[in-house]
Amino acid sequence: MIDVQNVEKTYQAGTTMAFRALKGVSFTIQDGEFVAIMGPSGSGKSTLMHILGALDTPTGGKYLLDGKDVSTLSDDELADIRKNKIGFVFQSFNLLPRTTVLRNVMLPLIYDDQIPAEERERRAKGSLHAAGLDEGHYANLSNQLSGGQIQRVAIARALVNDPSLILADEPTGNLDTKTGEIVLGTFQRLNKEYGRTIVLITHERDVAEYAQRIIYIRDGLVLEDSKNHKQRTSIS
Amino acid sequence: MTTLDMLQETYAALSANKVRTGLTMLGIVIGISSVIAMISIGQGAQNSIQQSIQSIGSNLILIQPGAQRGPGFQVSSGRGSARSLTQADADAIAQSVPGVAAVAPEVDGRYQVNARGTNTNTSVIGVDPNYPTVRNVEIDTGNFITTQNLTGLSKVAVLGPTTRDDLFGAGADPIGQTIRINNIDFTVIGVTVAKGGTGFGSQDDRIYIPLTTAQRYLAGNQYLSTISVQAQDTSVMTAVQQQITTLLLQRHAIADPTLADFSIMNQSDIVATASNVTGTLTILLGAVAGISLIVGGIGIMNMMLTTVTERTREIGLRKAVGAKRKDINTQFLMEAVMLTFTGGALGIALGWSISFLIQYFGVLQTQVSLPSILLAFGVSAAIGIVFGYYPARRAAGLNPIEALRYE
Repeated sequence: MIDVQNVEKTYQAGTTMAFRALKGVSFTIQDGEFVAIMGPSGSGKSTLMHILGALDTPTGGKYLLDGKDVSTLSDDELADIRKNKIGFVFQSFNLLPRTTVLRNVMLPLIYDDQIPAEERERRAKGSLHAAGLDEGHYANLSNQLSGGQIQRVAIARALVNDPSLILADEPTGNLDTKTGEIVLGTFQRLNKEYGRTIVLITHERDVAEYAQRIIYIRDGLVLEDSKNHKQRTSIS
Repeated sequence: MTTLDMLQETYAALSANKVRTGLTMLGIVIGISSVIAMISIGQGAQNSIQQSIQSIGSNLILIQPGAQRGPGFQVSSGRGSARSLTQADADAIAQSVPGVAAVAPEVDGRYQVNARGTNTNTSVIGVDPNYPTVRNVEIDTGNFITTQNLTGLSKVAVLGPTTRDDLFGAGADPIGQTIRINNIDFTVIGVTVAKGGTGFGSQDDRIYIPLTTAQRYLAGNQYLSTISVQAQDTSVMTAVQQQITTLLLQRHAIADPTLADFSIMNQSDIVATASNVTGTLTILLGAVAGISLIVGGIGIMNMMLTTVTERTREIGLRKAVGAKRKDINTQFLMEAVMLTFTGGALGIALGWSISFLIQYFGVLQTQVSLPSILLAFGVSAAIGIVFGYYPARRAAGLNPIEALRYE
């Protein structure tokens, strides 16, 4: 469960200038929800994404992830949170170049000493299956895949550590509409069939409408937080 | 992250850009191989010089005439030019100095020598029958000079193998043939065994004749150019040298040892001097090679810095999926160390081959020593750590958010 309480983020530029990217944002996300955080550029949604993803800490307020306060942790403790509880999907995919699909998906697991090699491979195959990539591609190099396939590998990579939260930052931004729909369909399926908690960050209403709930952010404040009654579904 | 993971990641990263990895490694390969080859050449030179010094005899003390001095004023006309040593001096040393095993007086000079239309200019040495024992000369065919030859002023000659080849052709049997030294006929009675050793003063390019004959017909006087003394063993060398000095000063009626008209050299002094020279040579060669190693190290640092910039997004991703500062730091340091280590191993192989080839083609008897290999390995690993440290720290210090955004 995600509990964001009056979170603020102020960037200090020089000694006098300060930029308030988040001015007190509050909401909770239950396990198994599929939420879109929507807002125009400059609204603070990227800053919020970084805080939700434990890449950054807020300058004010509290962020509780599964009941644990993440807002005051050190760099290494944040890294542990990311390793165990968060899965990222990026707009620019960020796969390792010239590396096989399987190795790409297993990447987050090598930073966890507890998982033996066979277990890693089993898990990676499981999440690739969940992300909907054909088994025939597992041994392919990342640069031999199409955009849609690449993003599904990235989704599989986000799933592999069995995270409490999957954070997708503009996952369709570099894809054409049709491939984008397929990827969004994958998220819906993961949410429905596997009960994954997914937070989708986007500036497009079309994309946001695939989620069950839309949090609309503007100028560092939550403007609107409502259930999405006309949820779109992908034909995949 | 397990060690196996680390090795796999490192291998994957290095093999991603093979050409660049190869070229960077080449810097280290050249550095390490030149260190190995240069040190082996230096040590080879040292050994070869020591061997040739040993081959002139063992426990040897050499007495040579000193600079010529006039009474009242001192004009030096060069070492060895003085006429101060005589057969009587040699006999006195043999009789009255304890610890002396043998004494071999000699007189030498360079003369034109011809035989049946061939000719050569070589060193002609007048010796007595003690010479072979004192100076480690062995006879191959025929005989060496005998006491009868000496007393009878015989015109007989023993050739060194090189001289034999020059005058009669390689492998010919010159025994009984006549050669002309300074227009005087000599009969060849023997050939010595090759000693090896090259360059000027080769011990194979010589003619030995009886001492008395040399003094009478070639030098025209009774003086000696060298007295070689063999001590009984190494421990008495210094004592023997001391006593010879005292004896000769007394015989030549010289009170002040600094004005001595002779000089004494001890074989171990010669070895020490030569070792000193070759040691300096080895350091010089090693230093030049060491510089190329440092340049190679800078090449590694350059590549690692480029790599860190190029892989900023990858570093961001790794951090996003849970890599800690330490993980990134270790990974990049590992890459640098792997580069230098592989480069070091290849360098050792190459350096070894170079020194083997030098030996194979007979330039020099080289020697690759274990310490130089260990040194090279240690140095290459150290270079990896030193020059990889800064880039790795830079990678580890990257902010994941900025790294992920990096274009």
